[in-house]
Amino acid sequence: MANHTNSHKFPVHHIIGFISSLALTFFAVWVALKTNLSFKMILFIIGGLAIIQATLQLSMFMHLNEGDDGKVQTINIIYAIFTAVVIVAGSIWVLSSGHTHL
Amino acid sequence: MSANVDTSLPLEYQTEQSRLNILGFWIFLGAEVILFATLFSVYGVLGNRHAGGPTQQDLFVFKDAMIMTLILLTSSFTCGLAIFEMRRHNKKGLLAWLVVTLLLGASFLFLEINEFTHYVHEGATMQTSAFLSSFFVLVGTHGLHVTMGIGWAILIIIQLLTRGLTPVTARKTFIIGLYWHFLDVVWIFVFTFVYLAGMVS
Repeated sequence: MANHTNSHKFPVHHIIGFISSLALTFFAVWVALKTNLSFKMILFIIGGLAIIQATLQLSMFMHLNEGDDGKVQTINIIYAIFTAVVIVAGSIWVLSSGHTHL
Repeated sequence: MSANVDTSLPLEYQTEQSRLNILGFWIFLGAEVILFATLFSVYGVLGNRHAGGPTQQDLFVFKDAMIMTLILLTSSFTCGLAIFEMRRHNKKGLLAWLVVTLLLGASFLFLEINEFTHYVHEGATMQTSAFLSSFFVLVGTHGLHVTMGIGWAILIIIQLLTRGLTPVTARKTFIIGLYWHFLDVVWIFVFTFVYLAGMVS
């Protein structure tokens, strides 16, 4: 860990992270507003782009995998993301795809 | 606490206490992910129940949402630069980037409050429809987090000015940095699934 603390004179990772975040945002906007794909397809693409961008933030800016506890931190966040996906996808699936007839 | 300081590590990782605090904050962020997941799932279920009120396409203005997104993205970047300067023991650079981050955060908040008051003036309130209840709760909870982040960061800046850059203040600064990046991560999903998805015709 010590070797990437003071050695860089220039914040290379941050600039790469920032430029890629901007590119991903503009690409998502283009897909959502300028293409004629189906709504489902658009949701999948922009959702995927959001996940890539979130991963970039976690690795390039937040140094998720850094330090003695890097592994524990990464497992914890992956588990949180898994639970989040189950909560969101599960709720929408159960409550709005015709399984309930309220 | 000063007994075992490992000076080969960055300031914020030098003591056992700091390492534990940073690990603990990551676990807190895991819980925050779940908090926002529940709010997203409510919006995902209720977002298309407009009850005769305005829809996403009636309300959302693309330019405004885009400006807010770019501001928050940039503030996450400048916050990263602040921590980068901190690791070079450059307190002036650290403070300068922190202040830039805060100004960007404040302008984001200003735009969001403007957006909300505009909606309310148009008659789109929390009571109007299930869409608007879930919208205001989801986006409002994020806005509340930004508000708290700004207050928290001001307190950290005061500590940096009065106590200087020490292993303890460095750890506190690192943790508010993690919090700030996390707010940007949440906003990426708000922008994608609320604003962009809402504006697809």
